Amino acid sequence: MSAFFDAYGALLGRSILIHLGYVLASVSIGLVCGVILGILLSRLPPKWSAFLLPVLSIFQTIPGIVFLGLLFLALGMIPATVLIALCVYATFPILKNTYTGLSQVENRYLEAARGCGMSPMQILVRVELPLALPSIIGGLRMSTVYTVSWTVLASMIGLGGLGDFIYQGISSNNNLLIVAGAIPAALMAVVLGAILDWLQKKATPGREAVS
Amino acid sequence: MIQFEHVSKSYGRSAILHDLSFTVPDGQFLVLIGPSGCGKTTTMKMINRLLEPDGGRVLIDGKDIADMNPVELRRHIGYVIQQIGLFPNMTVEQNICVVPKLLKYSKEQSAEIARNLLELVNLPYDQYAKKYPSELSGGQQQRIGVLRALAASPPVVLMDEPFGALDPMTRETLQDEVKKLQKQLHKTIVFVTHDMGEALRLADTILFMNGGKIEQMAPPEEMLERPASDLVRSFLGKHTVSESAPIRAEDFMRKNPYKVSKDRGVLECAEMMARSGVDTLLVTDENDRYLGVLPIRNIRLYGRTVDSIVPLITKEVHTIHAEDDARETMEYLVTSQDNYVVVLNSDETIAGIITKNSMARVVADTLWGEAQG
Repeated sequence: MSAFFDAYGALLGRSILIHLGYVLASVSIGLVCGVILGILLSRLPPKWSAFLLPVLSIFQTIPGIVFLGLLFLALGMIPATVLIALCVYATFPILKNTYTGLSQVENRYLEAARGCGMSPMQILVRVELPLALPSIIGGLRMSTVYTVSWTVLASMIGLGGLGDFIYQGISSNNNLLIVAGAIPAALMAVVLGAILDWLQKKATPGREAVS
Repeated sequence: MIQFEHVSKSYGRSAILHDLSFTVPDGQFLVLIGPSGCGKTTTMKMINRLLEPDGGRVLIDGKDIADMNPVELRRHIGYVIQQIGLFPNMTVEQNICVVPKLLKYSKEQSAEIARNLLELVNLPYDQYAKKYPSELSGGQQQRIGVLRALAASPPVVLMDEPFGALDPMTRETLQDEVKKLQKQLHKTIVFVTHDMGEALRLADTILFMNGGKIEQMAPPEEMLERPASDLVRSFLGKHTVSESAPIRAEDFMRKNPYKVSKDRGVLECAEMMARSGVDTLLVTDENDRYLGVLPIRNIRLYGRTVDSIVPLITKEVHTIHAEDDARETMEYLVTSQDNYVVVLNSDETIAGIITKNSMARVVADTLWGEAQG
């Protein structure tokens, strides 16, 4: 065991950092895009969003590998390829939850806000987004956990991360390498998920947590 | 002053308001009432431009509100809705200070407003300011809803069936509070309701609407005296008889019935009955609590054989409590052979008695008293 860490310890540490870097970068970008697109979608007439949401879901079902492969062909073997692919996948759950959260804000709050003399922007920032926040964080959590596993694909086009260990282990039939890649990835998903669960609870003062 | 000038409004083909004109002077409590779909809520929502008229004008203090910025306008008009609509992500204080914050009042000024307003409705600032709406009862929540509307001291406050979802007890308390606040702060209030009892209690002027037109606009007394139509009369009728009539037992009872303490002598009691012309005395124990009654019949039959009145006391009389519903008692007196029932306070002391006579007198007072205004 210690022989393994002597040989791979430094590499494993670097891989975890690269992996985490991809996750944080793509989820952050996904969060910004998802929230903005979710807000825009919620401002559209319901007919439009009823049409657009399923179209977006179809896009979401394209396997990550296929999408990554296509992007690889178009952009080449650069970190941006992985990041773009991960961002696109991270955006959707957040977009969807932002939209759902906003559309579930009860009309009485909107009427009260309008009656108090809030402008549409103030209603969005002071009432709608705070009320949708638990749902948005729920989407963020989903994105984060998924992205941790999708990032494994990064090594497919030779860009590092914990996927390196897993793929190397599979191709050389070395179980230890597979486990060395899989366990940190799983732990990362669990820890990030727990942090976001905690955040979600903090985001709902005076209310029952909305899951 | 709020003026409606020939205002009309339709949704699609169905017309909601027809050529509506009326004026609300400053400091007046106007209640809009009518059957559902009569256009009362639509009328109210035009005042803060949540709805726009198709024709005609609405003026506040002589200025056409169509020329004002609707967002700016609403900050100077208080608004209370039936579903309360306190923001659940904000504390009580933050909810009250929503409009002051929009108007960029300083933090100290806002806190001062919240403190004063909470004091006004007897919710201590230190205890309630930092609570979230979900920690309050429905009645408390709507109190805060009313305070939110008052926070930036708007001259006009709109209320859309604000107490419709509350239980009757809380509703009455809040009605009294709002009426008090309105007088104290000299607000112009436009209040929508479908409850005539509420309208009669609160209004300076009642505007009765039907089918998008004014059926009658008059002060409550005048409306009670001269309802303009059968529809108005039927709305009033429901309330003048059952709602405003006293229904608690204590409203019907005769106070100060003849009573004696149980340690009195037999002869003394007989003497007292003869002097005051009654055939029964109510008996109390040393703590003034009700023990039973002493009928003259018992004295006549057994009076010579005993020294104390205690063995002569009977408990075979119907008793009720002062806050009980009087209607059951009325039933009881009419159907049973008894001539009276004894009314007790919550601590079992005697409050009074209800006889067929005392009941009839109150009923008569209520009926004729109301009709003559």
